Amino acid sequence: KEMTVREALNSALDEEMSADPKVFLMGEEVGEYQGAYKISKGLLDKYGPERVLDTPITEAGFTGIGVGAAYYGLKPVVEFMTFNFSMQAIDHIINSAAKSNYMSAGQISVPIVFRGPNGAAAGVGAQHSHCYASWYASCPGLKVLAPYSSEDTRGLLKAAIRDPDPVVFLENELLYGESFPVSAEALDSSFCLPIGKAKIEREGKDVTITAFSKMVGYALKVCLSHLLQLSLMLYKLMRILVKRILINQRKYSPNIYT
Amino acid sequence: MARMRRMEIAADSLYKAKLIRGFCHLYDGQEAVAVGMEAAITKKDAIITAYRDHCIFLGRGGTLLEVFAELMGRQAGCSRGKGGSMHFYKKDSGFYGGHGIVGAQVPLGCGLAFAQKYSKDEAVTFALYGDGAANQGQLFEALNIAALWDLPAILVCENNHYGMGTAEWRAAKSPAYYKRGDYVPGLKVDGMDAFAVKQACKFAKEHALKNGPIILEMDTYRYHGHSMSDPGSTYRTRDEISGVRQERDPIERIRKLILAHDIATEKELKDTEKEIRKEVDEAIAKAKESPMPDPPELFSNIYVKDSGLEVYGPDRKEVRLTLP
Repeated sequence: KEMTVREALNSALDEEMSADPKVFLMGEEVGEYQGAYKISKGLLDKYGPERVLDTPITEAGFTGIGVGAAYYGLKPVVEFMTFNFSMQAIDHIINSAAKSNYMSAGQISVPIVFRGPNGAAAGVGAQHSHCYASWYASCPGLKVLAPYSSEDTRGLLKAAIRDPDPVVFLENELLYGESFPVSAEALDSSFCLPIGKAKIEREGKDVTITAFSKMVGYALKVCLSHLLQLSLMLYKLMRILVKRILINQRKYSPNIYT
Repeated sequence: MARMRRMEIAADSLYKAKLIRGFCHLYDGQEAVAVGMEAAITKKDAIITAYRDHCIFLGRGGTLLEVFAELMGRQAGCSRGKGGSMHFYKKDSGFYGGHGIVGAQVPLGCGLAFAQKYSKDEAVTFALYGDGAANQGQLFEALNIAALWDLPAILVCENNHYGMGTAEWRAAKSPAYYKRGDYVPGLKVDGMDAFAVKQACKFAKEHALKNGPIILEMDTYRYHGHSMSDPGSTYRTRDEISGVRQERDPIERIRKLILAHDIATEKELKDTEKEIRKEVDEAIAKAKESPMPDPPELFSNIYVKDSGLEVYGPDRKEVRLTLP
């Protein structure tokens, strides 16, 4: 069976909202408009306006409200129409969400997901094209995920919502409409992927390419067109792990490209 | 209030003796706000404030030992020495900190109110901010959403008339903060009168549960400077400070009422003060005995759930910890 990344995101949100009444979705145009990129299509009808909340265009305000709700024990999913707009709210993502568990010595945990499209789209100018992966990945307290295929997107968004820590979930607009084959196992509502493990997309012994999000697709194409024996790695949790992955890989691949 | 006052004066001495480092913002003068508010609400209601948080924490049921140990960065502190003066929390009593980014606590407080409404808890959140933070844009963003969604949020502006060293009229075109809600009602309250604060908070809680957000502007005053590096005398006169002390002090006001109504004698009040002094001294002695955090604490609590990663300091020996 095939599934688009958009369907993967929608079904993951739907299943997690159905499984846990503490999960709710908030952001600009997520409700009546059905999502600026139709990720939340049908969710307002199914879960009602108490759990699918259209916000005004005030990122600092609604992100702060989302983080406050997570302090209390709810599990908000905050959608940014693009991660470029998260710059209006980056104070709440870093100072309010990422640091609270640490400063309170574990009293105030923040189970929240910030998600939306990140990085380059097609011809939208610099203010809508920035990739914030390295910004967020360098902040202790945040977990940063940037999946590529539908199966990974589904499994990791479900993991992100269930995770007790703040997660920044970076999608890519150009991938939303792309279809990928998905296994029967991945279609089950209990499907979930572990956070913090890299996935080897293709095994090989000459060189290792590490990539995340849309670049994984380009890297896979390179492998095929050059007929090299490549070991293509996808590192999905970007913080901390990079070094460990590369050290492990070094054992059997002499050249490393990051 | 007397316990809070004594605690803050003792913190001042400990700071000057170099036993407290970092920032330290004292609340003396403003005690009636913390005490009056607490008297009107229950622990199911939530409070969130900025960095001047010692007395709010004490009011919510925190102990003197937790306060002094946290100020001195010790293990017995309410945040095990990792928060310091600005980051006190007591979640089991509905106190959500202790925030160092001016203004950010107000959207967070509206989020707590959202969660209370979502969970049908019939409780409210008091989000405290100063007259300095009152000009932050995110306050208006959060208030707009709180009003749209009828959140049980009470925005409490503790107006002590100076945002650090900037007088209110130099930072706000309209320093009538209770009127700034436009579509949200506001009350101006004598924040030096614990009874007035209590009445206002009781009214605000009922209002918020029924109708959504409300603003309370507490007219109050801080005797100390903004923080320990501020003598507090370059932007205001000593006469102004001593004038407020003489005429509006919140503790003196209650003392006079107690004596006028024969609730206690002068001697009984003196004895209570002595007892408080002893309590504070004992807490400080105990806090000093508490050890500093173990070095690996530097890395703990970054995440609730980690991936079993081993972390270490630059020497790779002493400071080691396996994350959960």
